[in-house]
Amino acid sequence: MEAAWIALGLSLKVALWATGIDLVLGVAVGLALARYRFPGRELVDAILLLPMVLPPTVLGYYLLVVIGRRGWLGGWLERSFGINLIFTWQGAVIAAAIVAFPFVCKSARAAFENVDVHLEQAAKVLGLGAAAVFFRVTLPLAWRGILAGVLLAFARALGEFGATLMVAGSIPGKTQTLSIAVYEAVQAGQDELANGLVLLTSVTCIAILLLAGRLAPARIPGRS
Amino acid sequence: MTPARTFRVALAVLAGLLMGAPARAADLTVSAAASLTNAFKEIGAAFEAAHPDTRVQLNFGASGALLQQIAKGAPVDVFASADQETMNQAERQQLVKPGAQVNFASNSLVVVVPRDAAAVPKTLADLGTPAIGKVAIGIPASVPVGRYTKAVLEKAQLWPAIEARMIGAQTVRQALDYVARGEVDAGFVYATDAAILPDKVKVAFVVPTDMPVVYPIAPVAAGTNPAAAQKFVAYVLSPAGQGMLAKHGFGKASNSANKP
Repeated sequence: MEAAWIALGLSLKVALWATGIDLVLGVAVGLALARYRFPGRELVDAILLLPMVLPPTVLGYYLLVVIGRRGWLGGWLERSFGINLIFTWQGAVIAAAIVAFPFVCKSARAAFENVDVHLEQAAKVLGLGAAAVFFRVTLPLAWRGILAGVLLAFARALGEFGATLMVAGSIPGKTQTLSIAVYEAVQAGQDELANGLVLLTSVTCIAILLLAGRLAPARIPGRS
Repeated sequence: MTPARTFRVALAVLAGLLMGAPARAADLTVSAAASLTNAFKEIGAAFEAAHPDTRVQLNFGASGALLQQIAKGAPVDVFASADQETMNQAERQQLVKPGAQVNFASNSLVVVVPRDAAAVPKTLADLGTPAIGKVAIGIPASVPVGRYTKAVLEKAQLWPAIEARMIGAQTVRQALDYVARGEVDAGFVYATDAAILPDKVKVAFVVPTDMPVVYPIAPVAAGTNPAAAQKFVAYVLSPAGQGMLAKHGFGKASNSANKP
């Protein structure tokens, strides 16, 4: 069972990193989509939504082609910095971050669109700078919606399987996350290990859901 | 088309998709080792041509994974494994009838490197040198090629050194793909796999194995179409079937030495 705890730790590490990256990028892109009108805005939105719709194997293939040793980006990284992302946990983070990105981006855009522009204008009139308006007015009004998206993104990143397996492989202790460890145990007929792993995964997910409920308590009608 | 007509057509298409074609009594499901993919696709098509009333459904994967599917009740009629060990496990779990298995092909274990590789190992010991980084090996617990590889490396006392740099592959074809993409510096595959991508990989050397690489085939005990299963096994062993296997690089198999 020690292997199961290692897999759990790795899954959490990968999912946390992926969610952190998505939080920064997703909020920035969501804000841009909500506030600025530019040609092709809806096309950009559709493309950013793609990871939610495309099969993970398609994403995994794209990633192999782009960040692989012979890919244009992967080749450049290796030649310039000696960085190789395939078969590393960082590669798993990239895969998880991409599949989970639409959850943050979509909910951030919706949350920002729901913020009353007049409140921002009032803050500006009262002398706040652009950054202060964002952090003291816009973000506090939108954070609930963003948080909901972030939790969904974390859950999606934690369960990521297909693209991760293709990009990061299944190296015990290095890239073998919980979902991949379950798959491998079942393939090898190690039912005892598989039972332990699925139990651990289920308990972890319930704990995360309970935690999520505490962080973002449901709004009770009539109270604020 | 009017909207109403479009709607009716869409509904009909959807209904067709949802219902699909139900499994018929004449369907024959064959679970075969990943290394047999190309050869069995050809054999399956030829078998269908010879038996127009039977439709062959092929299911490829790591032999160990296929065994687990059968053990969990997958509706499989014929099982073709890439090693004796997996088939013996099937026999012990009474998934195939005792004595029903027949060896039908043989193969050899090779080390492949990317076509444009700078460092080409000549021996197993070379794989332990720093010139070779990552090595793709089928996961020994479920992939026969990984089991053969582990046995050979353990005997050469190189397993701990190479395991540390091993990239586990889910099937032999995934190991081949990792080498072809240059993501690893070397990989253990079968000679027949290496022959599929001559423009992307080259064989560094052939690895002698203590256990011969032989492929057993057997009808699955719980299969729903035993008559067709028997015919399919006979077809694989017939001159026509053996000819197709030979075309894909497989060798003949003897049935005397390696019975359990």
